[in-house]
Amino acid sequence: MKCQYCEKPATFHITELTEPDGPQVMHLCEEHARGFLQKEATTPAASIAGALAKQLNLGQTKQELAELDQKECPVCGISFFEFRNTGRLGCPFDYTHFAEDLIPLLTNIHDSVEHCGKRPRRAAAADSHAELIQLRREMEEAVEREDYERASEIRDELRRIEEAGSTEQHATEEEE
Amino acid sequence: MIRDSDFDDLAHKSGEWLRGTGPESDIVISSRIRLARNLADFPFIRRCSDEDRISIERTIRAKMDSIDDWRDVRYIDLEQLSEIDRQFLVERQLISREIADAEGSRAVAIDPSEQYSVMINEEDHLRIQVMHSGLDLKSAWQSIDELDDKLEGAILYAFHPQFGYLTACPTNVGTGLRVSVMLHLPALVITRQIDKVFRSMQRINVTVRGLYGEGSQYTGDFYQVSNQITLGHREQDLVSLVGDDVVPRIIEYERKARDFLVKQGKQDLHDDVSRALGILSTAKKISSEETMHYLSKVRMGVNLGLIDDVPVGTINKLFIHTQPAHLQKLQGRLLGSSDRNVERATYLQCHLSGKLSDGELN
Ligand SMILES: [Zn+2]
Ligand SMILES: [Zn+2]
Repeated sequence: MKCQYCEKPATFHITELTEPDGPQVMHLCEEHARGFLQKEATTPAASIAGALAKQLNLGQTKQELAELDQKECPVCGISFFEFRNTGRLGCPFDYTHFAEDLIPLLTNIHDSVEHCGKRPRRAAAADSHAELIQLRREMEEAVEREDYERASEIRDELRRIEEAGSTEQHATEEEE
Repeated sequence: MIRDSDFDDLAHKSGEWLRGTGPESDIVISSRIRLARNLADFPFIRRCSDEDRISIERTIRAKMDSIDDWRDVRYIDLEQLSEIDRQFLVERQLISREIADAEGSRAVAIDPSEQYSVMINEEDHLRIQVMHSGLDLKSAWQSIDELDDKLEGAILYAFHPQFGYLTACPTNVGTGLRVSVMLHLPALVITRQIDKVFRSMQRINVTVRGLYGEGSQYTGDFYQVSNQITLGHREQDLVSLVGDDVVPRIIEYERKARDFLVKQGKQDLHDDVSRALGILSTAKKISSEETMHYLSKVRMGVNLGLIDDVPVGTINKLFIHTQPAHLQKLQGRLLGSSDRNVERATYLQCHLSGKLSDGELN
């Protein structure tokens, strides 16, 4: 038997027990088997495709989905279509920009939309992610054209946003 | 931190997590926890330019350098490394296959005992991992929690008040936490109960994956149990779901199956594991899957007291050290697959045959 991904003989036979249609056996060569086993237990693209399929069944029309596919993040430029295909988002701001589109998806995957675990002591406000990424980019451009004055202005600005986030965080902690 | 690209010394020793001690280590090989983290002021890896990646790597390295008790931590630039060296780190479970095969600026920081490693520019900017021997998730969680605090003190993480730690893939968002326990379940495989056991696990938000399927020529009997969801539960609860709820149940089933095998035919079992040890210690060439197959039997034999002079740590180590990149590192040269089979046999013989003759004197 040949490996599913190349011409080498399949010497590893891996049972994937979480497939929706029951256990699936994969036939792989040594190299591909190792690669496969190192990967995360759930293949994200597959589970996102599955969750999106469910979402489609839940009443979103084809037209609504087509419109959603066109939607792009103003910071990193990723479209929802691209996200859907790769299973990966483009930047932290996507969670704000696509928030309402992601909620049904998160519900399907995690059965929850609310983090209730650990919180960092220091964090930038969620809506400042766009600004942080853009300013960091501008700062690097300024350094490149040797405009160090502008670069240091931006650095101060970045610091101010970071600190604002942390005080906000502390304030909420104290309220609790 | 020590910047390093030469880690030949690693080939001659093995990580703490392989020592085969810790709770339930007759059945549980290792307990691993990883956290996914991202910086707040960069796009996720896929949308990063080459310059972004370089800048992320530099930023994180500088912060890590400022951590006081990280003086002995090794920092390895993966971009500069040969393929075989990257493969070596994959076999050792210090880096993922994904980061090994990726391109551009990326790195890993490894502590001297190999209990934790931090990957930079994997699918997320940071992947922190802690690995302990045996079923030891609570202390693994404690270590990784502390490690995360230390890094957080230096790095501004991408965090959202509602969604938690933001990750490139929404399947990791929230806690960013993946708990994985590697189990050795030969008796459940022999008694053909393994599917039944795992089918009963499907409904409780854990993922089970097995190496080697039934009906194949060889069975390796290793299974990995992980949490499926990362959002909406506290880290401690996810750790506890796997470590206190699911894994102990599987352990109990495996123990029962082992008891059954011993009662049903101790002589047959003893014969089977002794032959396995015989093949491993006398073969002149042996493939890696055949090695796994027989090592698995020997491991069970050791844990049932049928083989009493091979430490389980040695067996654990052999699983890793007989893999292709390890053999080639030990030899200090590239080897084709048939040369590797010869080298592997020699290596096994050298680590097992002395023990075999000692054993026969008893
Ligand atoms: Zn292959
Ligand atoms: Zn974006």
